[in-house]
Amino acid sequence: MRLRPVGILLLVFPLTGCNGWQSALDTHGPGAGSLETLFWIFLGVLATVWILTMLALVASLRTRRRPHADPLSEDPAANRQMTGTVGALVAATAVIVLALTGFSYAYQKRLMGEQDGTLTIKVTGQQWWWQVEYEDPQPSRTFTTANEIHIPVGEPVRLKLESSDVIHSFWVPSLIGKTDNIPGRQNVLELQADREGIYRGQCAEFCGWQHAHMGVLIIAKPKAEFESWRNQQIASASPASDDERKRGEQVFFTSPCIMCHSIRGTSAGGKVGPDLTHVGSRLTLAAGTLQNTRGNLAAWIVDPQRIKPGANMPLIQVEPRDLNALVSYLEGLK
Amino acid sequence: MKVLPILFCVGFALAACEREERDFRPNPVTGETQEKTALVSLSPGSSPPQQETSGKALAFEGNAYHLSQGKRLYEWFNCNGCHANGGGDSGPALMDDRWIYGSSLENIVQTIREGRPNGMPSFRGKIPDDQIWELAVYVRSMSGLESKAAAPGRNDDMHPHPSENRTPPSPPVPGGIASPSASAPQ
Amino acid sequence: MSEAFAAPDPKELRDHQIGGPELTARLARTWGTKRGLIGALSTVDHKIIGRRYIITAFLFLFLAGLAAVAMRLQLARPESRLIGPDLYNQLFTMHGTTMMFLFAVPVMEAFAVYLVPLMVGTRNIAFPRLNAFSYYVYLFGGLLIWVAFMLNIGADIGWFGYVPLSGPEFSPGKRADIWAQMITFTEVSALAVAVEIVVTVLKQRAPGMTLDRIPLFVWSVFVTSFLIIFAMPAVMIASTFLILDRLIGTHFFNPAEGGDALLWQHLFWFFGHPEVYIIFLPATGMVSAIITTFSRRKTFGYLALVLSLIATGFLSFGLWVHHMFTTGLPQLGASFFTASSMMIAIPNGIQIFCWIATLWDGRPVFRTPLLFVLGFFFIFVAGGLSGLMLASVPLDTQVHDTYFVVAHFHYVLIGGAVFPLLGAVYYWYPKIVGRLMSERIGCWHFWLAFIGFNLAFFPMHITGLMGMPRRVYTYQPEMGWDNLNLLSSVGALIFFFSFVVFLWNTITSARSGSLSGDNPWDAGTLEWATSSPPPPQNFDRIPVVTNREPLWAEREMLPVAAGLSVENRELIVSTVSEARADLREASPEPSIWPLLAAIATGITFISSIFTPWAVVWGSCIVGVMLIGWFWPKGSKEDEE
Repeated sequence: MRLRPVGILLLVFPLTGCNGWQSALDTHGPGAGSLETLFWIFLGVLATVWILTMLALVASLRTRRRPHADPLSEDPAANRQMTGTVGALVAATAVIVLALTGFSYAYQKRLMGEQDGTLTIKVTGQQWWWQVEYEDPQPSRTFTTANEIHIPVGEPVRLKLESSDVIHSFWVPSLIGKTDNIPGRQNVLELQADREGIYRGQCAEFCGWQHAHMGVLIIAKPKAEFESWRNQQIASASPASDDERKRGEQVFFTSPCIMCHSIRGTSAGGKVGPDLTHVGSRLTLAAGTLQNTRGNLAAWIVDPQRIKPGANMPLIQVEPRDLNALVSYLEGLK
Repeated sequence: MKVLPILFCVGFALAACEREERDFRPNPVTGETQEKTALVSLSPGSSPPQQETSGKALAFEGNAYHLSQGKRLYEWFNCNGCHANGGGDSGPALMDDRWIYGSSLENIVQTIREGRPNGMPSFRGKIPDDQIWELAVYVRSMSGLESKAAAPGRNDDMHPHPSENRTPPSPPVPGGIASPSASAPQ
Repeated sequence: MSEAFAAPDPKELRDHQIGGPELTARLARTWGTKRGLIGALSTVDHKIIGRRYIITAFLFLFLAGLAAVAMRLQLARPESRLIGPDLYNQLFTMHGTTMMFLFAVPVMEAFAVYLVPLMVGTRNIAFPRLNAFSYYVYLFGGLLIWVAFMLNIGADIGWFGYVPLSGPEFSPGKRADIWAQMITFTEVSALAVAVEIVVTVLKQRAPGMTLDRIPLFVWSVFVTSFLIIFAMPAVMIASTFLILDRLIGTHFFNPAEGGDALLWQHLFWFFGHPEVYIIFLPATGMVSAIITTFSRRKTFGYLALVLSLIATGFLSFGLWVHHMFTTGLPQLGASFFTASSMMIAIPNGIQIFCWIATLWDGRPVFRTPLLFVLGFFFIFVAGGLSGLMLASVPLDTQVHDTYFVVAHFHYVLIGGAVFPLLGAVYYWYPKIVGRLMSERIGCWHFWLAFIGFNLAFFPMHITGLMGMPRRVYTYQPEMGWDNLNLLSSVGALIFFFSFVVFLWNTITSARSGSLSGDNPWDAGTLEWATSSPPPPQNFDRIPVVTNREPLWAEREMLPVAAGLSVENRELIVSTVSEARADLREASPEPSIWPLLAAIATGITFISSIFTPWAVVWGSCIVGVMLIGWFWPKGSKEDEE
């Protein structure tokens, strides 16, 4: 039959969603894993229901009555049979609905039940980036970074979600479902990664012009590597050693940069934009929009409005040779 | 007769266009504009002081986006530190009708760029020029000098002063003194 | 003593005293609309107003469809620079707002306004001047937001306008205020029509049309009217609070000063969920009507269908929190809403099974209306089932605010409302226009729409699961969503083109379609008992109903009730449950005051965007117009 290859293609087509960098069906954490299982259960049951309904519809289209039969005629026996059938189908629907509700509630209890993450991170949604503050019982071990969250593999991590302006929503589909960042309240989200890797997420509540470019990366590493990363992040920025970076540091301090950004260990203390103390160590810039390369960093500094029109970072005047020095300085902030 | 409603609609339309324009990117990115303004209204003879402005004010006055950005910048760049929420502290009040250094948009821009004696810092090079204009137009709105339709509404936060769109207009009066704390020995 | 028993005035001509073409002509003169501009603007004929409503609603459909095409062109390629974020935000807001407030609800109301009086066998809708007023208010609201869009004051906050993004600090200018005020316009209009429908259905049914003989379409719009009455005030409150926050500095939605950002969501979705049932339930009525006619069989399970409509109506008020599952509300409360959201599948399922049973026992006639109903089954059932996935709290945390939801609601809204609506247009077009639409073009229309729709929206289930959030103006190339988005865009273009074909069919059939006669489909309900298009008076004599399908029960001659005046506008008011003829009621004459009152209302609402004093001064003007409207004219019967 000529339609067979088309049919196969149509069946394979949905499976393209199974792999992806930010996919709810390519899960690497127990939370997202349960959700994926629940999804397949639902899909299986509901797809079957749909197919059966369509078959019933197709079957009903075969003509059974004589051409001039009276449309108002009553056949009590046929009526009783049809009523019985419909009644049974309605009962079956109710049973399926109850079963699905039960499954849903069971998974919900399992997912939302435990709140035992020891590592707590406050994630504040801003227009249009994520402020990430690692908390610690010892105040000297807290630090702030932006747009990139490192976590140890195999341990639950508790995220405290807040917002400084409008409603955002923190969502890393490979690890867990989303929860909103709502101004005026704090929501708590537990997640855990079971495998090392880089998991991308994105803001999932419309928050203005650059909602589309508000990504976040969660990087899961073994505990030891995570601790060494954390110690490096806690440390202040090391002073510039070579000439070009020294000049870049000078450019930074005489530019508008210090009005919004902070670099711990220097006098730059702006609280408006992302913390740049270790910006050179991040994988992306501008909340997951650009790869962190020299060229992209220069492009972002020179014309952020072309990359993220409407973002709060303004265009500044910077000479080309100053730009090179500045980029070198920032790159070196690892 | 048919022309009149059309003209009305066109006039209404143009006003709306200016208020609602959201201009993210100054084009081209230049350094600061040249504004030749006088700080006082006095000049020898019968004519007023000679002034020449670049015309940039037209893009900012009455523009709701620039006013709202100005309001956010006012908080982010800590103008509250000296001016509080327009009521003044070590710096003069900004929501009253007294303007020491002139109330035109160009005057305010010069104030922020160059700083003023008695404690106003110079922000040239630290705040990009367009953002200085946004701050300046917001400062004007604090005393009700900007159009009510464009001025910002209440804060989505603590609300320490009347919304700029409900502030009654205070016609500017030149003068005023440096605040007492600013004239105290430094 | 009711007037039905008063001795007839010998001076007054009644409809049992003359007959035939003379009766038709005289009644047409009494009930007709004067020619000319003033006549057209002051008409109270529900058919003329209903036609205007339908045409205006379809015009808004096209505008919103163009916005959607623009969005899909932008999303076809990753990091496309076709449309910037500001314009894109305005486009998706205009698309959603227009579709929900200016097309979907009004078009269902429009069909109700046109068809309900015909289907219940009366001469005009209840409160005809209010009907005229509601159309003008709707028109002005729609014009407000679209003219604003053309002038760069178009709303850009989404059709749902969440605070604080739509609040004073994050939405500068007047865009959000114009959006909020447009809602006020459309609510007033919808409430007016809802009240008229309820009264028409309860009090103006033809004698003998007991509650269990009311056509299913009439039942569906009757239940919908109650949904409108109870749901619309919630969004009216929400939009009023928003305007107050923005204009005069109240703190309803300001958490720092005692308000709550979630208050908006509760108020909006308390309306928003019944809203989609306001759109869907009339469509189920259309499906019932079309299936009954085109399977040549009375509907199976009439009582079950009516009870399902009522159950759906009630249940729809208990679902709204399923739009808020990710906001951090307590889990026990949220799971209650999972249960209720899943439960609403049961009455929907009853409807589906009863319809299939009707088809099973019938003799299906495959014309375009039935094709669209079959398309409805295919698409809506899929959409409803994906809705059950969204009803589950844990699953929703993955797919909320992604393209999966976009796919779901387009499946239920387009499959569940637009496809039946298109079928209804093909079904009732002969009644409204007097000519049949082309079956050949209709077939092309259906297949283009069906294929285009599925090609556009099925891939969105997948892109949503792959992590693509909603309301994004672009996406990164490395995400892997580009091919599916391109496919969706191609499908969207095909789907849009199908509407162009539909428009072509409507226009050419009006000129050169074959004449339909009174009852081209051999249907059973009362609207087919009169000519196509119906005369201004609808029926020469009010029919008497003995069966749920009056025209099938009384094939030779329809019994009628006679005795209404020919020279004055009169209709029969009947009792609520048994529809015994009770009163001869005067029906209002044409009047220009509804238009003037609508203009005054429009001026009040629009000026209140700029100053709160407009409410005070505007109310005075509206008051003056209402005085003119209600000025006692003395009905002719009182002059005896």
